[in-house]
Amino acid sequence: MIQSLSIINRQLSIKCENITKTYNKGELLAVDDVSFAVEKGELFGLIGPDGAGKTSIFRILTTVLLADKGTATVAGFDVVDDYRAIRNRVGYMPGKFSLYQDLTIKENLEFFATVFGTTIEENYELIKDIYDQIKPFNNRRAGKLSGGMKQKLALCCALIHKPEVLLLDEPTTGVDVVSRKEFWDMLKKLKQQGITILVSTPYMDEANLCERIALIQNGKILSVDTPQNIIKAFPVSLYAAKADNIYKLLTDFRKSDFVASAYASGEYMHLTLKEDKPDSIRMLTQYAAQHGHSDAEIKKITPGIEDSFIRLMQQPN
Amino acid sequence: MKQLLTFVKKEFYHVFRDRRTLLIMFGLPLVQILLFGYALTTEVRNITIVISDNAKDINSQQLTNKIKSSAYFNVREAVTGSKDIEKILKKGEVKAVVIFPSQFGSDLQHSGKARVQVITDGSDPNTAKTIVNYLTAIIAGYQQQIAPASPLPYTIVPEIRMLYNEEGNGSLNFIPGVMALILMLVCTALTSVSVVKEKELGTMEVLLVSPFKPVMVLISKAVPYLVLSMVNFILIVLLAVFVLHVEVKGSLLLLFMESTLFIITCLSFGLMISNVTSSQQTALLLSMMGMMIPTIVFTGFLFPLENMPYIFQLISNIIPSRWYFLIIKAVMLKGLGFAYIWKETLILIVMTLALLGIALKNFKIRLA
Repeated sequence: MIQSLSIINRQLSIKCENITKTYNKGELLAVDDVSFAVEKGELFGLIGPDGAGKTSIFRILTTVLLADKGTATVAGFDVVDDYRAIRNRVGYMPGKFSLYQDLTIKENLEFFATVFGTTIEENYELIKDIYDQIKPFNNRRAGKLSGGMKQKLALCCALIHKPEVLLLDEPTTGVDVVSRKEFWDMLKKLKQQGITILVSTPYMDEANLCERIALIQNGKILSVDTPQNIIKAFPVSLYAAKADNIYKLLTDFRKSDFVASAYASGEYMHLTLKEDKPDSIRMLTQYAAQHGHSDAEIKKITPGIEDSFIRLMQQPN
Repeated sequence: MKQLLTFVKKEFYHVFRDRRTLLIMFGLPLVQILLFGYALTTEVRNITIVISDNAKDINSQQLTNKIKSSAYFNVREAVTGSKDIEKILKKGEVKAVVIFPSQFGSDLQHSGKARVQVITDGSDPNTAKTIVNYLTAIIAGYQQQIAPASPLPYTIVPEIRMLYNEEGNGSLNFIPGVMALILMLVCTALTSVSVVKEKELGTMEVLLVSPFKPVMVLISKAVPYLVLSMVNFILIVLLAVFVLHVEVKGSLLLLFMESTLFIITCLSFGLMISNVTSSQQTALLLSMMGMMIPTIVFTGFLFPLENMPYIFQLISNIIPSRWYFLIIKAVMLKGLGFAYIWKETLILIVMTLALLGIALKNFKIRLA
């Protein structure tokens, strides 16, 4: 409650209050009583796996979908009553590539510029860095572009009218690692221009690039904070373990009575203990050796966002 | 205004970059006009018949020559028994057999009365009846020729004129019908996918989150098809005049204006379908399959509406092509002016406004 009070005093760009959305006449609960707020000029991440309800939240905020319950404002306007005002002021990039595939890069950009009553030249400064990268392919049709170029074009089109709020739904899904990094660099530059950015992603490693994040799962928000605070809030010690037969090691640890949770993470497996002791590593190594893992490597690590997310997911509500 | 122009320009790009659309737009009318003009004709012409002359005298030869010289028949001569006649008819190439009995000439000269047998393939009753009529007329003509001086006490001679179509050119009736059919199908089908396509491809989602106005989208979707359909209409008229020799009796300008109105009606209908459906497939099925049969049946150019049960006549009133068919027949074939077709024109205008209204009202400003 203290947190929400302090936010009210600052300028808010996006505010969601108790938003609930169901599909199939209430059978499928997509968004469950979600509340969060994004400050003006903030780079805010909505982090969660596929099917968590991220796209539904984006569609409600961009006014193209009506929520069953709750209220939301974007740039100070209500998403239901003032939907026209919002549509004039936000830049939106849906999760699926949604530009005209049979129009060229230039034609797409010109079209969206005119629809928003502006020209490419007028806000050229804003898109210059991004547009310069795809400009050599100006006359190529959008359908024939690579995934990374499509994303850059879509971002240009979303930015062309200098929006106050930028809503990007999974902009880096299906994009190679280099283009993803470039994309996040671009977002940081846009943030410096004072544009509020709400971005969603299923990739945990991108969470650290946001100023604040909301972890979302099954339509519910698990936690809203800065990535650092979320990691800091991890209440117990985290251990990483590795062995030749990592799968057997994982099942062996899960069978033991002192391991609270164990899950695979990259080439290691991460585990937390029910009761942490100073000599836990020795105890774990022993246990592993007893089960035939003489080569087991076990160490204490600092948790990442993914670990926090998994821990929050496993907690009973 | 600039926004509208950009929208229209964008739609033109879509149309010109989709070869299939252009093919449907211009290929379909060409094929249909030529098909109806040459292949699907109900006229009886060049029918193969067999003459079995068992008499071989002067009279039978003269009558045979008369039949041969008519443009309607290709005559094959054969001397055959009755069993062979059935075999020939069963094969289907020969539609009728004319048989002269062996005493044909002498019967005619001595008793003043002779018989000639005509057997036709009744499995196609319309053709069979026409053949019988033609043959009866030829035989009656021959009879007049050999016995001119048989004054009847009273004679009634019917003086027949087929007004507006003196030569009985079959193209005259179907050209207006095919025009109505083609414009209805092409315009409706092409616009019916236009809006729903954006929903399906996801571009509608981006478009919705912009300051555009629904009416702008509808107008810009219709404009390219309106222009192309007008070109199409000119193409059809040119084909009709120069290939099928149909004469346009009335004002070309009036014809053009009325056709433009009808095109707009069809475009509105397509837009309405596009706004109430949620997939291109449904829209196409609805506009192509759903509209094809009612248009063919209720326009009145293949099946006369007057012969239909009352309920079907009522239904025909809501089919736009029915009214356009009346207009175009009046202007093109009868050469009538606007004074005679204002009622039909008014009906089309009202239909257009209603359809556009429904389309606009059903334009979804949000996703499903």
